[in-house]
Amino acid sequence: MKRVWMLFLIAGCSTVDPKPETPTEYTFKAPEGFPATAYRFENTPITQAGFELGRSLFYDGKLSRDGSISCADCHQQEAAFSHFDHDVSHGIDDRLGTRNAPALFNLAWHSDFFWDGGVHDLDLQPPSAIMNANEMDESLDRILEKLRKDSKYPAMFRAAYGTEEVTTARFLKSLSQFMLLMISSNSKYDRYIRKEAGVTFTADEQEGLRVFNLKCATCHPAPLFTDLSFRNNGLKPTPNPDLGRALITLRDEDRLRFKVPSLRNITESPPYMHDGRFSSLERVLEHYNSGVQATENLDPLLSQNGRRGIVLSDAEKRALIAFMKTLKDDTFLSDKRFSHP
Amino acid sequence: MKLQYLLFACFLFAGSGCDLFESDGFNVDDKGTLKVVFDNVVGDKDLTLNSGSYVNAAGETFNVTTLKYFISNIKLTTEEGKVVVYPQESSYFLLDESDPTSLTLTLTDVPAGNYKSLTYMIGVDSLRNTMDVSKRTGNLDIAGKAKGMYWSWNSGYIFFKMEGASPQAKPAADGTTNYRYHIGQYGGGFGTPPVKTINNLKNSTLTFGTDMLKVRKNKTPQVEVKMDVLKVFTGQYTMKLAENPVIMVNPLGANVSANYIQAYALVSMKNNVP
Repeated sequence: MKRVWMLFLIAGCSTVDPKPETPTEYTFKAPEGFPATAYRFENTPITQAGFELGRSLFYDGKLSRDGSISCADCHQQEAAFSHFDHDVSHGIDDRLGTRNAPALFNLAWHSDFFWDGGVHDLDLQPPSAIMNANEMDESLDRILEKLRKDSKYPAMFRAAYGTEEVTTARFLKSLSQFMLLMISSNSKYDRYIRKEAGVTFTADEQEGLRVFNLKCATCHPAPLFTDLSFRNNGLKPTPNPDLGRALITLRDEDRLRFKVPSLRNITESPPYMHDGRFSSLERVLEHYNSGVQATENLDPLLSQNGRRGIVLSDAEKRALIAFMKTLKDDTFLSDKRFSHP
Repeated sequence: MKLQYLLFACFLFAGSGCDLFESDGFNVDDKGTLKVVFDNVVGDKDLTLNSGSYVNAAGETFNVTTLKYFISNIKLTTEEGKVVVYPQESSYFLLDESDPTSLTLTLTDVPAGNYKSLTYMIGVDSLRNTMDVSKRTGNLDIAGKAKGMYWSWNSGYIFFKMEGASPQAKPAADGTTNYRYHIGQYGGGFGTPPVKTINNLKNSTLTFGTDMLKVRKNKTPQVEVKMDVLKVFTGQYTMKLAENPVIMVNPLGANVSANYIQAYALVSMKNNVP
């Protein structure tokens, strides 16, 4: 009896964990009304220390060959973590990539990354940009070596994972922890839908929402404002077109298909399309109105009743832009948790 | 009469160590070690990286500068047909011609028994190819041993990598005449909706005929396997470096994998290695 009591005491002691509690702002909480997440959270518990390590790495040039390029160079917070005003990625040695750096937010809901969906796990997304010769041009083993020798990182790894050991998984999961908390769900639209006090839509915004639901929401459904699918939206072909999704799947039916981007914060992340060819939302809407080309695998939604594209009057275009402005999430864009540490 | 008695005794003491038949007897709980030695060859010659000059089925002269492949998912089948799976966690071997020690696979804690065949996969199965990064350690660490055997842009392991040069190879933009075969792709199943892609995962089975592979507590049988580089270029499909010197994520990868699975063959099996 006495022995049982002792055991109970010991077991009781072990539950009193000296580890600091992670404040709620560092725990993942899906916004109300969002669908099920795709990320495997069971393998990656988020902690404040893990998040802060990821944040430090995200802003660190050590992830590139010569120290000049960090993740944040092409993923800037004020541009919803896209590369403001850059059509294609501008990487190391002033080299240019072939595609537009996508905005980063609500990544826990994505199961396929990049315009072509070549990567299927957020943890494995950073190596693609790191190892790309036009982006960061660095190898993972060299990065881990740099971090081991660094003056601040071993202590940060210890804080996050209990020991100073720098492993591939710890490195990548820290970046994931940082990116997973980048949730955008507090735009004017969100507050309007939640019927928050004092939040109203103007007549233009209401009209924009109506037109949006009628003509855009199939591919860009709320609350993510993307259906996460891959589609060909009929862009004018370039001499050597980027085949997009087909480069991954090798299927003819995936030629010229690209991942549907989210429209959240879209006013902040120009230019648009996988190659950044459109500098403004006006030009994007005009493409859908009059520019859709009959290229192979053109999405059937863009070719209905014998007409290509989506008919949009000037008034509808104006209303749609007014509506898209309501998807700007200032809370997210200025959230200090995500800024340069 | 005496033999029957002995057999009976064996029955009684199976599990506690009956070793009365000194050559073939084994305890069902015994564990042993098995070595599988891979030898990369070119026809009847041993492969020499860089300096060796060879001719493929299309009549093209070539050398080999890099040859690496994954061997995984090793299974043994007993004479009764029971399949013994080598622990999957420990069964990812990365063989590199430039590192001779990597060509010998030492399988430990193999249940003692008489085995009629051994099966292995060339490549990394789809489950491990989509498994959490924390489970990708050792030979599968993309920042470690698997460096160069992983495509970051389509997040998949390269199963089989062979590179070299050939004067007949179609020149690249910079005029060099190198060839590169990087074969991977595990059948996909990713995306919304899920997409099936090429599946280059292949299994090879070595059968030992009437001689069983005998794993025992104190004896380490050794299996020697050869991989004939010439067969990578021919067999089901004759590959021409003059036409396709670079085959990576490409439908032609299926032709290369169909060829190379037939390039692996049993050379010898020795039971009595102390």
